[in-house]
Amino acid sequence: MRKLTALLAGLLFGIGLLLAGMANPTKVLGFLDLAGAWDPSLALVMVGAIAVAAGPLAWAKGRAQSLLGAPMQIPAKRELDPRLIGGSLVFGIGWGIAGICPGPALAILLSGHWQVSVFVLAMLAGMLLFTALERRRSH
Amino acid sequence: MSIDGVAIDWLNFTPWSSLAGGALIGLAASLFVLFNGRIAGISGLLGSVLEGGEGRAEKGLFLLGLLLAPLVWGLFSVLPTIEFQSGWLGLLVAGLLVGVGTRYGSGCTSGHGVCGVSRLSPRSLVATFTFMAAGFVTVFVLRHLLGG
Repeated sequence: MRKLTALLAGLLFGIGLLLAGMANPTKVLGFLDLAGAWDPSLALVMVGAIAVAAGPLAWAKGRAQSLLGAPMQIPAKRELDPRLIGGSLVFGIGWGIAGICPGPALAILLSGHWQVSVFVLAMLAGMLLFTALERRRSH
Repeated sequence: MSIDGVAIDWLNFTPWSSLAGGALIGLAASLFVLFNGRIAGISGLLGSVLEGGEGRAEKGLFLLGLLLAPLVWGLFSVLPTIEFQSGWLGLLVAGLLVGVGTRYGSGCTSGHGVCGVSRLSPRSLVATFTFMAAGFVTVFVLRHLLGG
């Protein structure tokens, strides 16, 4: 059952990204271009998503188990550290270059555009690089 | 039309579909936490699946659902416009930075921007502010300082 809800949640997430306009890099860059002709649409994506998700997430926070008996895994860490800020900075630069972030990248991977394949391969390489560096650090 | 020096692109402004799409994203994140007990953060899920962490099957199925979205959409309607602004080199550099950055920063637009901000997590608020600011500055530099 949990496998089914996971698949369904992922599908719904992708449909939401497509409907919202998040899956169109040109629109994302239009949102990030404050000094040009600014398209504020994507701010509303966040408003819509947070309005719906805030209640369920707050409810989940106080529970040990999900409705289907899975352990509730919500990050409890609160400290700010250089990795959080440095990583987010690097991510934001990459986002600003192409207008693509991880969710939309996967949601349009099978849409038939070669550009997204290049982006996703590079993104996976970046993630594997992180893993390799982390393993080296811990040895 | 200009508000405080910012020129709004009314022609491309899509308030209703963006709000509705956002609500669907919020609903998906809600289902995932209510039933699976997990945060719908795409970079975290992807990184964890790559590393072979716990819950690989559920995480992989969420990502599979995400991958299938355009195919399911295509059964009912024509896909919305997907237009790229970058060549292969830009895509390559951007992908690398997004991959490395989201893993060091423990999240992206979904995990921090939607789920974390919804929970008012201090880490997610700072991360979201940081990557949004970096995105705004990067586009400004590339479009208005370097390019034309």
